[in-house]
Amino acid sequence: MLLLDWLYVAAFAVIGLLLAALSLAIVWVLSPRSAYPQKRMTYESGVVPIGQAWAQFNIRYYLFGLVFVIFAVEVIYLYPWAIVFRQLGKFAFFEMLIFLVVLLLGLAYAWRKGALEWT
Amino acid sequence: MNWGAEIAKAVLAAVGMFTFLAIVAAMFGVLLERKIGGWIQSRLGPKHVGPQGLLQTLADTLKLLQKEHITPRAADAVVFNTAPLVVATAGLMGWLVIPFGTLGGTVLVVRDLNIGILFFAAMASMTVIGILAGGWSSNNKYSLLGALRSASQMISYELPLGMALVAVAMEAGTLSTVGIVRAQDGWMGSFIFRQFPAFVIFLVAATAEVNRVPFDLPEAESELVAGYLSEYSGMRFSLFMLGEYAEMFAMAAMTTTLFLGGWKGPLLPPLVWFFLKMYLVVFFMMWVRWTFPRFRLDQLLSLCWKVLLPAGLIWILISGYRITF
Repeated sequence: MLLLDWLYVAAFAVIGLLLAALSLAIVWVLSPRSAYPQKRMTYESGVVPIGQAWAQFNIRYYLFGLVFVIFAVEVIYLYPWAIVFRQLGKFAFFEMLIFLVVLLLGLAYAWRKGALEWT
Repeated sequence: MNWGAEIAKAVLAAVGMFTFLAIVAAMFGVLLERKIGGWIQSRLGPKHVGPQGLLQTLADTLKLLQKEHITPRAADAVVFNTAPLVVATAGLMGWLVIPFGTLGGTVLVVRDLNIGILFFAAMASMTVIGILAGGWSSNNKYSLLGALRSASQMISYELPLGMALVAVAMEAGTLSTVGIVRAQDGWMGSFIFRQFPAFVIFLVAATAEVNRVPFDLPEAESELVAGYLSEYSGMRFSLFMLGEYAEMFAMAAMTTTLFLGGWKGPLLPPLVWFFLKMYLVVFFMMWVRWTFPRFRLDQLLSLCWKVLLPAGLIWILISGYRITF
């Protein structure tokens, strides 16, 4: 039955892509074509674009990405615990308490270090 | 097992769900948004196409289907044209696990996965890949900024969203969406009462996750010229919109499933209850959109990392304590 579940997941992924592509195919059939150089120019509020957009950007975006990875992994660890902690009783609760407190300390450290500030 | 029949059933379910989303979430959703926006701002909204403007979005779709397919010369054509497909598909995938109601003993759900809400969270975060790919490949400064903002916002808000899901999973003792609805017995049994902080965290994070006002920084018309959508036109633009609205309705449906008792309710049939509750949440999200101004990026990230994330962690601890002892 597990395999059957993932058959549906695969069907949704494939059919979703196909139907979305189908709408683009309809556009390909119906739409007019009149390309001239100015039309295919990158938009920059009406002026000719200066330089490429593939340039340096603020490092902050990357920092938040890094902090995210740590906490995303943590949330993944919480899921199995959330399902079974009723059966495991007090032991599991205190185990998870330690885990969460360590993470809260990590968050406090990142906060203190200014990793969560934008400026 | 007859694999041929199963594959045919799966394909039919996928096509049916996609059609349902295109009509209910995208077409009707956009109309609803414009009507509600109109009423809130003392306007009438769309009124002339069809009775009371009902066919407005259908007409828009027909128009968009005839628009020229323009790929900017500077863009990375392959990534640029694939990104909308990814977003539209990601919007569809989440609906796999949403239970619509019961009909004569069987639960109306495409597939009751045993990892239901984890799957939902994973699919909700797929959107960011499409948005980042679209914004980056446009080779447009506004698009790049919009995509980066979107990436940092969506990955940040995934965490509180995940925490709220964990809190619900603890309460219900299962990840299956049908199981979660079954665990909410009786009128006061809805998790909105026992898990109210999780409900608030989920709703805020869900609004941010689908890039809606007050968290619509990636699109910010007035500063970024629609952000990652700047270079998109015609059908690829509408595929982004389809994905976004499908995602928004999926979030509303998930809120209903997790906190409002899903299809359960007195008197009316289960299916009607489900849609009533879902549209209530959708209406709430639209109400918020047309009422509040936009956050600044640093405020947005502070709200996530300094308020919602610690609150989520502490709420998980409190729930764990309450259920264990």
